[in-house]
Amino acid sequence: MTLTERLRERISRAFYNHGLLCASYPIPIILFTGLCILACCYPLLKLPLPGTGPVEYSTPVKDYSPPSPAAGLQRGDLGERPDWYVGAPVAYIQQIFVKATVSPWQKNFLAVDVFRSPLSRVFQLVEEIRNHALRDSSGVKSLEEVCLQVTDLLPGLKKLRNLLPEHGCLLLSPGNFWQNDRERFNADPDIIKTIHQHEPKTLQTSATLKDLLFGLPGKYSGVNLYNRKRVVSYTVTLGLRRYDSRFLSSLRSRLKLLHPSPNCTLREENIVHVHFKEEIGIAELIPLVTTYIILFAYIYFSTRKIDMVKSKWGLALAAVVTVLSSLLMSVGLCTLFGLTPTLNGGEIFPYLVVVIGLENVLVLTKSVVSTPVDLEVKLRIAQGLSNESWSIMKNMATELGIILIGYFTLVPAIQEFCLFAVVGLVSDFFLQMFFFTTVLSIDIRRMELADLNKRLPAEACMPPAKPVSRSQRYERQPAMRPATPHTITLQPSSFRNLRLPKRLCVIYFFARTRLAQRLIMAGTVIWIGILVYTDPAGLRTYLTSQVTEQSPLGEAVLPPMPVPGGVLPAGDPKIDLSVFPSDPIQLSENQTQQREQKLGLETNQHTWAQGTEGKGNGQTELGTEAEVTWGAEDEEIWRKLSFRHWPSLFGYYNITLAKRYISILPAIPVTLYLNPQEALEVRHPQEVNRYHPFLLPSRGKLDTEAQPGQTSSKLQGHQDVTLYKVAALGLASGIILVLLLFCLYRVFCPKNYGQNGLSHSRRKRGDLPCDDYGYSPPETEIVPLVLRGHLMDIECLASDGMLLVSCCLVGQIRVWDAQTGDCLTVIPKPRLRRDSSCIFDYQESWDHSPDGKNALDDPLETSHQLKRMLSPPQPPLFCDQPDLTSLIDTNFSEQAKVAESETRLRSVAGRQKETGYDFSSLVGKVYEEHGTSNCRSFASLSAPHGQAVFCGTEEGGCGSRRRSLGDESLMGFDKSSSLPSWGGDLESSVWSLELQGNLIVAGRSNGRLEVWDAIEGTLRSSNDEGQSGITALVFLNNRIVAARLNGSLDFFSLETHTSLNHLQFRGAPSRSSIPSSPVFSSGDVVSCQLTHTVSCAHQKPITALKAAAGRLVTGSQDHTLRVFRLEDSCCLFTLQGHSGAITAVYMDQTMVLASGGQDGAICLWDVLTGSKVSHMYAHRGDVTSLTCTASCIISSGLDDVISIWDRSSGIKLYSIQQELGCGASLGVISDNLLVTGGQGCVSFWDIGYGDLLQTVYLGKSNESQPARQILVLENAAIVCNFGSELSLVYVPSVLEKLD
Amino acid sequence: MAESDATPTLPKKCGPYISSVTSHGMNLVIRGIVLFFIGVFLALILNLLQIQRNVTLFPPDVITSIFSSAWWVPPCCGTASAVIGLLYPCMDRHLGEPHKFKREWSSVMRCVAVFVGINHASAKVDFANNIQLSLTLAALSIGLWWTFDRSRSGFGLGVGIAFLATLVSQLLVYNGVYQYTSPDFLYVRSWLPCIFFAGGITMGNIGRQLAMYECKVIAEKSHED
Repeated sequence: MTLTERLRERISRAFYNHGLLCASYPIPIILFTGLCILACCYPLLKLPLPGTGPVEYSTPVKDYSPPSPAAGLQRGDLGERPDWYVGAPVAYIQQIFVKATVSPWQKNFLAVDVFRSPLSRVFQLVEEIRNHALRDSSGVKSLEEVCLQVTDLLPGLKKLRNLLPEHGCLLLSPGNFWQNDRERFNADPDIIKTIHQHEPKTLQTSATLKDLLFGLPGKYSGVNLYNRKRVVSYTVTLGLRRYDSRFLSSLRSRLKLLHPSPNCTLREENIVHVHFKEEIGIAELIPLVTTYIILFAYIYFSTRKIDMVKSKWGLALAAVVTVLSSLLMSVGLCTLFGLTPTLNGGEIFPYLVVVIGLENVLVLTKSVVSTPVDLEVKLRIAQGLSNESWSIMKNMATELGIILIGYFTLVPAIQEFCLFAVVGLVSDFFLQMFFFTTVLSIDIRRMELADLNKRLPAEACMPPAKPVSRSQRYERQPAMRPATPHTITLQPSSFRNLRLPKRLCVIYFFARTRLAQRLIMAGTVIWIGILVYTDPAGLRTYLTSQVTEQSPLGEAVLPPMPVPGGVLPAGDPKIDLSVFPSDPIQLSENQTQQREQKLGLETNQHTWAQGTEGKGNGQTELGTEAEVTWGAEDEEIWRKLSFRHWPSLFGYYNITLAKRYISILPAIPVTLYLNPQEALEVRHPQEVNRYHPFLLPSRGKLDTEAQPGQTSSKLQGHQDVTLYKVAALGLASGIILVLLLFCLYRVFCPKNYGQNGLSHSRRKRGDLPCDDYGYSPPETEIVPLVLRGHLMDIECLASDGMLLVSCCLVGQIRVWDAQTGDCLTVIPKPRLRRDSSCIFDYQESWDHSPDGKNALDDPLETSHQLKRMLSPPQPPLFCDQPDLTSLIDTNFSEQAKVAESETRLRSVAGRQKETGYDFSSLVGKVYEEHGTSNCRSFASLSAPHGQAVFCGTEEGGCGSRRRSLGDESLMGFDKSSSLPSWGGDLESSVWSLELQGNLIVAGRSNGRLEVWDAIEGTLRSSNDEGQSGITALVFLNNRIVAARLNGSLDFFSLETHTSLNHLQFRGAPSRSSIPSSPVFSSGDVVSCQLTHTVSCAHQKPITALKAAAGRLVTGSQDHTLRVFRLEDSCCLFTLQGHSGAITAVYMDQTMVLASGGQDGAICLWDVLTGSKVSHMYAHRGDVTSLTCTASCIISSGLDDVISIWDRSSGIKLYSIQQELGCGASLGVISDNLLVTGGQGCVSFWDIGYGDLLQTVYLGKSNESQPARQILVLENAAIVCNFGSELSLVYVPSVLEKLD
Repeated sequence: MAESDATPTLPKKCGPYISSVTSHGMNLVIRGIVLFFIGVFLALILNLLQIQRNVTLFPPDVITSIFSSAWWVPPCCGTASAVIGLLYPCMDRHLGEPHKFKREWSSVMRCVAVFVGINHASAKVDFANNIQLSLTLAALSIGLWWTFDRSRSGFGLGVGIAFLATLVSQLLVYNGVYQYTSPDFLYVRSWLPCIFFAGGITMGNIGRQLAMYECKVIAEKSHED
């Protein structure tokens, strides 16, 4: 126990010190590690590069004997002898290399004559070879005895059945095209077609049939129509089972005798042994590929866990480099100490990586990043290392143990694997400790620097997505908590992703990672690479030629020509016992003679030569003499063959060359000269006709390059065309793909993706609303329902969902239908100058009529007008505003201007007025005329009420009602003079407004409380007991609470004798006016009783008032809040905490109270206990409005910032910068949908995540006006206050879905 | 959970995709399908390995097919792996001991790689004799279990699976459906149980990892509610 602990401690300390070291000297250590890696990898240079290319080894022909099958027996003797050179080869290949030409060439010869007659001689040659026999003391040896007997072709090669030999000697020659039948050859009208009929139509690397039978690459054969040299080459390829030097030398000498090649310089001293490695087929590749896929998945899943570092990718790369270089080091070290890897490196590599694993690296990273951030980098690294030291050591020991167990399985392969793994593990440990730790320290330091510089937007966006358990406490908290409340705080992106719909997530992902571009780029690069590689003039050919030159497989001259099974075959019953073959029947005289005697042959040659000279000198019509030359290029021409040539040849007979070798004997050169007669004889009749036009190939020689061009196109044409087709198709499809992706991109990505894109037309209105991420969602534009009618700016708004009440500075109250936007009622200012009332009434209706868009100008206008006539006349108090004039025309030559600039809260007394108001009599007359006629018509209706004086119906009604309510203090009820009434008018502007049911409660500046019927526009009740202006109102059930400027609170109760809800008869004004007039006696009178007064609730004016959950909260300029019980008006608490006047209060049913003051602070209170829950410094300047959702508090301030706070913790989640003048315009639609106003627009936000969902522009007309106030109605409509207009907006349906 | 009752009435709360993923039955089906395809894939690959070395002989005409094995092998393996992959987490739940050891995808990938490696070794490495081969593979399989599982239930289930699967393959070979080139354990190779054991552990690992997703989703959902 103690031992373990001591060990642990020691290890821990050692790691600690090591960590300090690494973090202190990162650069030297990394350099040192790099040197180590290089040093250990140095031995790898000696290893052969992996590959499947064949390997060759030559031995001299002299004294050649097949190597003994016992492996290693002779290994000591010949150090350079390769391992594979053991036992007999699969086959010996003897090629007879024939060069033939027609000489002398006559100018009238056809192109086909170049090769037809030379080819025709192959039959004779084959016959000679086949019939060759060696007769010596031991008996007679025929070819049949030594040659490689082949059996059936593979079943899949039926079409080659007649072309390749079966059941007999493996003997291949071009004659196989014609089944070794000369008659067939003679009857063949088109040799080229026959030869090429089996050529593959596609690009192919393996040997073609033509190569096989000719035994040399097609382009060397000279069998084409444009052969300018007029030399035809081919080989007869013979596969031998045994090496019989005597037989072979007899064959060689005989052939040389028959067809001497005087100038042949081919060397004949070496036998080349070609060893073929194992072929990797598709079937073997699949498991290999699978293991690699699994490996990559493993690496991916591992490195994905690296977190909270500066550069994830950098560290992941370092981790992979660590593992890979440890493997390389392991192989290098093993090689250094004499172990030669025998395993297939590619196969075991993934397993090695998996065994070594990336775990330690990840554990280290985790451990280091979970140390406290505020520590020094060195210490962090050291601590992290020492924390994990024990587990790392333990794992290491376990793995070593397991691998050692594997070593004792005594299976060589597993032992080797284990050896590599052990060395790899140790070197991996070394690298982890030195390389990776150092890289990690550099990374951590970079991060810390970034932290220090506070320039880490990228960092802040990268919160711990997967917080590591221990780290969470320390790690990024400081960064997440905003230092000042005014900074814009980013949400953790993981939050954000949660909210986004899947579809958007995917698209954002694409956009963020530029995946499409990268894929296209990668695809293009790969594609170009493939093009370069497969290009006929490109890399592949080059590589192939390189490979073939290096390795013995080369494309040699000798295409193994399978002995045509059927023709030559097997069982050639008569074995010629003589050394000399039976005389070929077809031989021409000369040749027969040559064959018979060496001397004769020489003579003949001589004469030939003479003849040639003679012809050259004298006979021009015979054309030039051709001479066959043998040069260096003919040396071992089989090297020029594809390296798959031999494997595929033997593969046809199901003989594998994998891991075996063949021995290629030196070729036997044969030179054939044919005289023109012979060429003429073998000519096919059809050819004469066909080729007549191009007659002389010799002309081609003189001609331009056109013909050679054709040649190549004929031969290689199909390859090139295929390639170009493929290239063109690929290009086209690539372009289409790019276009498609581009279109998709356009469709899916936001228009102003990245914000730097096209400047949007909306921009000119100011900054595009965007969320913290700079993302501007799609905008929409809808035409809102515009509620026009107010003459002045709207001051108060109230709604109960069905109805909407607004009051403008003039004091005019309008009731709107919240659904349709119709103006139901207009309650004018109660005090009016009698003589002008009608006129102004009509002014208003004029006012409307030019205003075509106004909702009031619908067919109901008449009824509205009627109503207006019946309702108390409009207060024309501020009708002399400039804007009114412009609308009205210039009828008023003089105007009084009243500027009212302050808010009612700030200074009540500050109102300025100009009373220089005088209507010109001229105008008056016009209106009178007009007005009376109208009024009269209605006067008849109201006549029974008997109050008409001048336009008296309305006036009288109004007046009588007021009187009946005991409104003695009405000062402005002056029938004779308008001017004196102004003072009173001003005093009684509406300061607060509440709506419930169809009752409007209005608090006036003169302290009067009025209850109006919203539908009928009639005054139902009023109370004048207070003299001080009513600054705030609460209308809850039957209770009305009015807060006054002097700090007193009045509690009223409404008592109705009949139901409050009565039907409306909007279309029948006459009817509605009837019941309303007998105010005195009517039973449904609503009476407003003052039940209680708290005279000195606050020392200073009450500015805020809220009621909920049976409590009433008042906020005042005296920095305090008070909580009252609604029932008994009892003051429960006085809440002190603000250092400025209270400007906003919010309370909901949960009894949580939020208050904001001029000091910019927000306090949260528990109304049950009266204790302060939290205090937040929220805004620079006043808090202008406050509202809460279930989880958030939303505040707005004079600084035009909307802040969203977490309700429970009081932490600011984020803030939204509003446009100037729109600071307070916000509304909560649902628990997670916030609407804010802007310049002519409203924006919708997701409260939980601070994402801007949508911005809706409200028509053109509101462009320049800020939305000052937003009221959310129950039916998801929003009312925005744009100065004197209201806009009714329905929440776009998209948002509802999101919700 | 009362929330589950409310879910249908509030379709907007979660889209069809999420709700389908969170519903247990659907999740089971999805997991089953995923496991099935993993099984099919592994069966094809591993069969290819065996056939390359002529360990297994199928009737020759089938060999020519691209998958180089009889048609019934992949579906069988797929079904088996689906069953095993679902059985493991299920058993964990019933035993009440949730599997906590190395629950990460990287570990699962490592496990799969080792499993493929074991198969590779059994097919490609030349062993002196069958006993050696079988013992080595048995040791490797146990090592696999120790490295990636370490639960008793996993071990028990693995042994059971190995036994059953060996029995089934004995029967199959007995009835001549296929055969091994050099059977040394009745009709089959003696290393077959080891391979089955390792396969069971691997598929169980994958199945548990997949099941973790279900747990996570459900946890998140209940958390949100």
